[in-house]
Amino acid sequence: MSILLDENSIIIVQGLTGSEGSKHAARMLRSGSRIVGGVNPRKAGTEVEIEGTSLPIFGTVADAMAETGATVSVIFVPPAFAKDAVIEAVDAGIPLAVVITEGIPVKDSAEFWAHANNHGNKTRIIGPNCPGVISPGKSNAGIIPATITDAGPIGLVSKSGTLTYQMMFELRDIGISTAVGIGGDPIIGTTHIDALAAFEADPETKAIVMIGEIGGDAEERAADFIQKNVTKPVVAYVAGFTAPEGKTMGHAGAIVSGGSGTAQGKKEALEAAGVRVGKTPTETANLMREVIRAL
Amino acid sequence: MDSVDLFEYQARDLFESYGVPVLPGIVADTPEEVRAAAEKLGGTVVVKAQVKTGGRGKAGGVKVVKTPDAAFEAGQAILGLDIKGHTVQRVMVAAGARIAQEFYFSILLDRANRSYLSLTSVEGGMEIEELAVTKPEALARVEVDPLAGVDADKAREIARAASFPEELIEKVAPVIERLWAVYRDEDATLVEVNPLVLTEDGEVIALDGKVTLDENAAFRHPEHEALVVAGDTDPLEAKAKESDLNYVKLDGQVGIIGNGAGLVMSTLDVVSYAGEKHGGVTPANFLDIGGGASAEVMAAGLDVILGDEQVKSVFVNVFGGITACDAVANGIVGALDKLGDAASKPLVVRLDGNNVEEGRRILAEAAHPLVTVVDTMDEAADRAAELANAAN
Repeated sequence: MSILLDENSIIIVQGLTGSEGSKHAARMLRSGSRIVGGVNPRKAGTEVEIEGTSLPIFGTVADAMAETGATVSVIFVPPAFAKDAVIEAVDAGIPLAVVITEGIPVKDSAEFWAHANNHGNKTRIIGPNCPGVISPGKSNAGIIPATITDAGPIGLVSKSGTLTYQMMFELRDIGISTAVGIGGDPIIGTTHIDALAAFEADPETKAIVMIGEIGGDAEERAADFIQKNVTKPVVAYVAGFTAPEGKTMGHAGAIVSGGSGTAQGKKEALEAAGVRVGKTPTETANLMREVIRAL
Repeated sequence: MDSVDLFEYQARDLFESYGVPVLPGIVADTPEEVRAAAEKLGGTVVVKAQVKTGGRGKAGGVKVVKTPDAAFEAGQAILGLDIKGHTVQRVMVAAGARIAQEFYFSILLDRANRSYLSLTSVEGGMEIEELAVTKPEALARVEVDPLAGVDADKAREIARAASFPEELIEKVAPVIERLWAVYRDEDATLVEVNPLVLTEDGEVIALDGKVTLDENAAFRHPEHEALVVAGDTDPLEAKAKESDLNYVKLDGQVGIIGNGAGLVMSTLDVVSYAGEKHGGVTPANFLDIGGGASAEVMAAGLDVILGDEQVKSVFVNVFGGITACDAVANGIVGALDKLGDAASKPLVVRLDGNNVEEGRRILAEAAHPLVTVVDTMDEAADRAAELANAAN
């Protein structure tokens, strides 16, 4: 299995006709994802040629789903239009919406999340400002490079894109069931906890790597969740041990303020929940190797 | 991605434009301007340091004065004062108020619930973090639905939750409603009033305000650009911003360039750990060059880092995900060509990922005397720290 995404996932791309959308659709197609079309209200009825595949453009997500049976939408539309794109995906009832777009105003994210909530949360939203989801060898929805590692027993969840890649690379000798990049914005759809719950339920995932970073208390809450609900071994890495207070480190969420959100606090919370925490990505991968050997 | 914290006087002006009751206030950059402002306002005035940090009262940054001459002296004392590393360059001269009671109100992002939260207390005049710890029951937390917002009923609900006496609720609720309008319409992530006061005349006034704006929303708020005060940021940070680089100046000796915020944060940690073995050197900066590490971006990044006199070595740590490593390698070689003699510090480069063999081949072929290529992140950090220590 894997979580969220497998070989049966049928993917459409909102923003397929834009430069980012078409570039990454090509990469997804090359990695074997079943991409069946795009959405752009101004170009409905046209087709675009990507990687030798002719992809139809639909006017709405609902039309695209009706025509193709799509189960996943990957969203690349620019920040100013991203909220409407997500709301459209939610209203169409697509099971999974992966929001890659970076730079969405946090108010817009709060509003599309509230909208999804008001409509029963039937769509799982990942992101925004995330690298997406990959189940190696099966499907790839987003911008995570498909060539880093093959399929294996480790589930990976991370806020950060390149750290996800780095960790997949470190663990390429073992392999990944699914890697989920949940994004670094202050308000995100799918959280560490959601991914942990899904990995816990997935028979193919034998152990979980969780990557966190400074800011907020998502890691602390994840630690609490692990203690109560996760039976599989979890290894964690937290970035930002040496980040000074009051400086935002790239991700809008990554800031230590008033002594809260520190890497040390997160590490302690995770260790108290029985999670082994590595000091560096390499050390974390080595801890995971020990875990896998002991299984 | 980033956010902009407003100065108190900017928050005051913003509040005023939304009909939030505030006291008259005039900004001043010299003691003479402070005197003139005090004359204009008349009577007792408060001279307040404009700094983006708390605790200015304790640091001597707020003075209540009765005459223009005393205001001049207060201006002399406060302007140039150092408050937690912030030099006071501007004060606000505000009309005095006769305060009967102090309250607290804020609205902010609630990440855990992916929503907004209002915090209200009838016990103001205290650091809110302190109140939250010592008397959490005195702080009313009421969720604000991002779509429903705060209407008159919701504002009354918030005021009631904080146990305002019934006769005050009708006075406080409209202020809360207007502060919500500031939050919503300005794309704020924090609107805080501390203290919100009741004057002896029975008026509710926002006496001091803090507003944080979401820079991601700048595209629909062109007017926000004017709120960024020149000279407020570090010169290297300002230079980096011109090139659209995500740069934060730190205090160490090892310049850092990487791609992706998480990986760069991790790089800072790994370099700090390595520094423990090499004379205690630490990272000089955070610099995320993002996904497309072209020669231009790499050159702009190196240019900023080499402009930092404290930097003794540079660690370029790139994982080629979308960007291929050969492009990054060409970027490094091109940047060094472009910078010529300006590139004077040793560079340790670690590349992995997409097309790494070609990337390493390009660097080997260029054989730039300043560049050392190291295979792993931990070893490269060690080498960069060692070089920085040797040059220190």
